[in-house]
Formats: sequence, structure tokens, C-alpha cells
Amino acid sequence: MAIKLLSNLCPSAFLAVCRQQQRDDIPPPAKYGGRHTVTLIPGDGIGPELLNHVREVFRFSCVPVDFEVVHVNSALESEDDINDAITAIRRNGVALKGNIETKHTMAPSVKSRNNLLRTSLDLYANVMHCQSLPGVQTRHKNIDIMIIRENTEGEYSSLEHESVTGVVESLKIITRNNSLRIADYAFRLAREKGRKRVTAVHKANIMKLGDGLFLQCCREVASDYPDITFDSMIVDNTTMQLVSNPQQFDVMVMPNLYGNVVSNVCAGLVGGPGLVPGANYGRDYAVFETATRNTGKSIAQRNIANPTAMLLASCMMLDHLKLYGYASMIRNAILTTMNETRLHTADIGGQGTTSDVVQSIMRIIQSKGPLISEL
Amino acid sequence: AHLCDLIPSLQMQTVTLIPGDGIGPEISSAVVKIFEAAKAPVCWEERNVTAIKGPGGRWMIPPDAKESMDRSKIGLKGPLKTPIAAGHPSMNLLLRKTFDLYANVRPCISIEGYKTPYTDVNLVTIRENTEGEYSGIEHVIVEGVVQSIKLITEDASRRIAEYAFEYARNNQRSSVTAVHKANIMRMSDGLFLRKCREVAETYKDIKFTEMYLDTVCLNMVQDPTQFDVLVMPNLYGDILSDLCAGLIGGLGVTPSGNIGANGVAIFESVHGTAPDIAGLDLANPTALLLSAVMMLRHMGHHEHATRIQTACFDTIRDKKVLTGDLGGSSKCSEFTADICHRIQDLD
Repeated sequence: MAIKLLSNLCPSAFLAVCRQQQRDDIPPPAKYGGRHTVTLIPGDGIGPELLNHVREVFRFSCVPVDFEVVHVNSALESEDDINDAITAIRRNGVALKGNIETKHTMAPSVKSRNNLLRTSLDLYANVMHCQSLPGVQTRHKNIDIMIIRENTEGEYSSLEHESVTGVVESLKIITRNNSLRIADYAFRLAREKGRKRVTAVHKANIMKLGDGLFLQCCREVASDYPDITFDSMIVDNTTMQLVSNPQQFDVMVMPNLYGNVVSNVCAGLVGGPGLVPGANYGRDYAVFETATRNTGKSIAQRNIANPTAMLLASCMMLDHLKLYGYASMIRNAILTTMNETRLHTADIGGQGTTSDVVQSIMRIIQSKGPLISEL
Repeated sequence: AHLCDLIPSLQMQTVTLIPGDGIGPEISSAVVKIFEAAKAPVCWEERNVTAIKGPGGRWMIPPDAKESMDRSKIGLKGPLKTPIAAGHPSMNLLLRKTFDLYANVRPCISIEGYKTPYTDVNLVTIRENTEGEYSGIEHVIVEGVVQSIKLITEDASRRIAEYAFEYARNNQRSSVTAVHKANIMRMSDGLFLRKCREVAETYKDIKFTEMYLDTVCLNMVQDPTQFDVLVMPNLYGDILSDLCAGLIGGLGVTPSGNIGANGVAIFESVHGTAPDIAGLDLANPTALLLSAVMMLRHMGHHEHATRIQTACFDTIRDKKVLTGDLGGSSKCSEFTADICHRIQDLD
């Protein structure tokens, strides 16, 4: 209660308290006998096969991570499965997941399981780093954009009702606390990574109160970071600028739905959904997945899916667990493989299979020699 | 007496022309000149739409403008400026409410002479323009918590879906794709999707597909040729139509049409008023011209429409008299004159 009052009176004090909490009472991710335990949620579509490949690469590279697999059946109406998964993530602190399908044939009361996971664990920041990869042919070159998207509220509040038959209202919630929090996350990350500019994406000319509040919070946080330039752009202009001149963007911060649009546009610009990893960070937990969260039903179990995004996500997870040596070893192997055009999968214009790519990655890891000890 | 009624044998149709602000007047006169050269059967009635306060204190458009539109049913509009602290809502919003302009249609076709990283774009975005996220209903629940309401109704969804399929049929398009986020907004986008599915049943000759907004964005920037007609609620339409405009070269070359109830249709350029170049004969009339071409097609004058469009594209392809925004250094009048000459040569 006091914290909430603080956010209105003095945003910097509120944020200082949040950051202090982050340092003091968070238990470290589960680690027993030098080995980390990570929750693994296979999901639907291409999720299971890609995560199997991750386990294959980890086993091959002797990564000290054990996976606790939790299955979530998207065909069931009960929320027991997803609650079990959430409990497992609370226990382990870290998770790697595939996308869980949301079936339209079920009643509207059956909410998206992915969304439930994000909001229950308060994974407020979705971070995506879009970089042009040298081996991939795209229309635009030299893209390097970090997208920070508010991950728990906005249009994804799942608050809908049909007040009169044939008239549905869906509520978009924007709060000062969450907007301050995500803006602060964006600026801190920008400073940490040496980035020069943060752009807030909004539609405050139409949604004056909602997006207006978000923009105002970003401005307040920006004043604490004079070394970083802050500007704002309306979302429709942003998409137009992205397809004509994406090199102008550095770090972008935005509410939930615009984040969905912008991150998918950026992923498409650098080569597609098979290449970009994504991370969801909360105060206490972190969940890693592919950035564009596709189920990929049409390409499931055909050995044609691109494993790059999921493998890079697993490297991000290793960085989070401070297993930097293993992370860079696997990441280098992935990027080296990317340079080989004949190993490209169908989504980036090639004819290689998933297993071809994974085999190549493991061969490169092997050639680097055994890791004697963790760096 | 109206000019068109004076000479009935010419069979001219009246169109309400709203030049707008900034570069509006000069690009409007460019379009009028080009139509004259093409001998298009259009009779212009110029009107101003600056908001006035009507009886009861409600803001409205001037009565003569409304009367003209109600009579002619077709309008062509240049860019309107929205003053920040004028106290009245945006003019575009006022027009939309006055004529119940429920569908915003933007055909996005790659212009052969104007290179962008994307070639062969040929799609149409049809956006529901009255409700959705732009209902303007917002509340502060408690200090620091704001709620914006997105409204989706059965009637509006059915109306836009029907328009989309009619448009597809009338313009020989083969498929309609509904864009939604019904995995997250289960009830609202779910309702929209249901209505689209129902309408699709009555248009078996047109292929109907559904796609998530994020998947559309992802695929659009990789391969826009896979899309044909897209129909969607307000916010997604706003974002996607601008995204598609960016693919073909920006708002300076994108046409747009708004369809209303009672047969009213207003075609407009969607770029800004560009006050920095207003009155300097530097503006690019392409967007307004292509919107006027869209208008001619809507009125059934396909031959004139094709002739004007061909002349315009030829001028751009030739690259000899391009305006500043297209990469040249010519004047608006030179660009316009070139198009007029080409039209006369095409005859």
C-alpha cells in the first residue's frame, strides 16, 4: 500500500525501493550439487521437438543443467496443468518453454495458458534483441534493435464481458506502477548495454488517458537517465518507419499489444521467427522462449523447423544462470552454423533439416575441445 | 442551381471537394486539372469543413458541407489539420461520425517507378472505423490505474465483414483474411471472428482465412505477396494499413477511401498538411490523385480511372519531373502538367 502511494508521490523513490527488493530477498535459481534445475514446458506444435534438440545439445556439451519437464495439455479446460507448471517455475526460478496453443473451439473463459503463466509469475519485462545475422539474406541490413515490452497488463488483461447481447467490452488496463517499472527496466538495460537512445511507442493521441499515462511515466524515468536520449513515436508511424528505415531505432519500450506488433515486425525484418530468441523477466523468475511465440503447427514433426531461436534462447538462459562459458560456446557454434548457407532451413530460404543444423552445431562444439572447468 | 444540372446532357456527376489545409488546396487543384485533361465526368463542388458550434453546443461540420455531401454522396478530401487546443474533436473524427464512415479501405499496390525494398505488393486493408479500441471511452479507476474500453459489437463486425466480401467480389479479389487476436481477447475478437465466419458462408466464391495479428505482421515484412484482402477491427487496421503504406513508399503515395452508410463515400489522402512546404508549389499530389482514381472506380468510371492511373505511374517511372519527396526536384505544377500531357497523348 505504502509502495503504491510512493509511486505517485516520488517515482524515483518507488523505483529505488523496487530495485532494493530485487537485490535482497530473491532466492537464487535452484542449484543442487553444482547442477542447476530448470523447468521445461514442451508446449505444442514445434515446441517439443525443438526442446528435445536443446536437451541433446546440452547433454552433448555436458552443461550442468537438469530439466524438470512439465506437460501442459492445451485441450483440457482445467487449469491444473498450468498451475503445476507455475509451481515448478516458482521452485526452480528459471524455465524454458515452447508455446502452448490456445484453442478457439473452447469457451472464452478458457484463457491463454501462456498469458496465465506470465501474469501469475509477474514476468513484467519481455526482452527481445533483434540483430541482423551475417549469414542470413534480408531486405534490410544492419538492424540492431532491443525491444522491451510490458508483459503483464495493457490489452492482455483478459478482462472482458458482454454487457448486452452482441456488445462486448474488453478492458485495457494501464497502471502507473507497471509503466514506471517497465520504463525503468528499459533505461537500466540501455545503460548496461551502452545504448544511446530509448524510444517509447504509443498511441496517446487517441488513447489519451491510457497511453498518455504510459508516456508520462516513461518521461519521468527518462529524467533520471540524462545520458540516454528519450523520444516517442506513435505506433502506426513506427511500423511504417520500421519497414523503410529500421536502422534508426536503438532501444524501444512499449505497452503489451504494440510490443506484440513491433516485435513480430522486427523479427520478420531480420529473417523470421526461427531466428530470434526472447526472454521474459520478472523480479523473481525468468522464462525463456522464442521471441515470436509461434506454435508452428503446420511444420511440426517434419524436421524442417529452425532450431536457432530456441537454442539461442537456451543460451540466454545459461547466461542468466551465470554459466557464461557454456553459453558463449553454444552461441558461437550456432552463429558459425548460420554462415553455412547449405544448412539453412526452409524458413530462411534453404533446404536443410533441423537435425542437419543441430548436428553441425554439435560438431563445432566438439571441435572446440572439452571444457575442463566452468569459467 | 448547380453546374451539373445546368448541362444535363454531359452526364456529369457531382463530387464534393474538400481541399483541406496546408498543401491541401494546391494538390486539390492539381487533381482538378488532371481530371479536366482526362475529361472525367466529374463536377466539383468545393466546400470547407472547419468545425462550428451548432445549436445545443455540439460541434458539427458546416451545414452547407453536409448538404453537399448528402446530395452528391461522393467526396474527395485533402489533409485536415487538427489544432491541439481548439476545444473541438479532430475534423476527421467529426466527418466519420457525421456520415457513419464505417469502412476505411486502403489498396496498397507497388508503384513501378518508385522503388522500395518490397516489390509486387498488391493487397487491400479494410479497417472497421467506428468502434474497437478507438471508442474513446477511458476512465481513471483510482489514481494511477487507467482503463480504456475496447468495444466490439455484432452489428459493426457483420457490417464490415459484409463490406469486405462485397469489395472482394466487385474487385475480382480471390481471398479475404480476418486479422485478430482471439487467443488473448477471447470474447471481443472472438465475436468479430465469428461474424466474419458467418458472412464467409454466404460468399462461397471468395476464400476465407483467419490469421493472428502478430503472424500477419511477421509474414507481411517477409513476403507481402501472400496477402490479398485483409479485414480487421480498428486498432489493428490502423497499424496494419500504415505498415502496408510503408511497404509501397509511405503516405505520400497511398490512396484511401472511407465508405459510409447511405451510400456515402469519402476518398482522401492520408498524409499530413505539410505546413513547411504549403504554398510553395513543391507538394506531391500522387496520394490525392490515386484516391481520386479510387473514387472514379467506385463511381464505375473504370476507363477514366485506368487512363489517369497509367499516366501517373508513367510519369513516376520516367523519373524526369519528380517532386522532392519522390527523389526529384521538380515543382508540383510541372509534375501535374506532365501527367496531363500523357493523358492527352493516351487518347
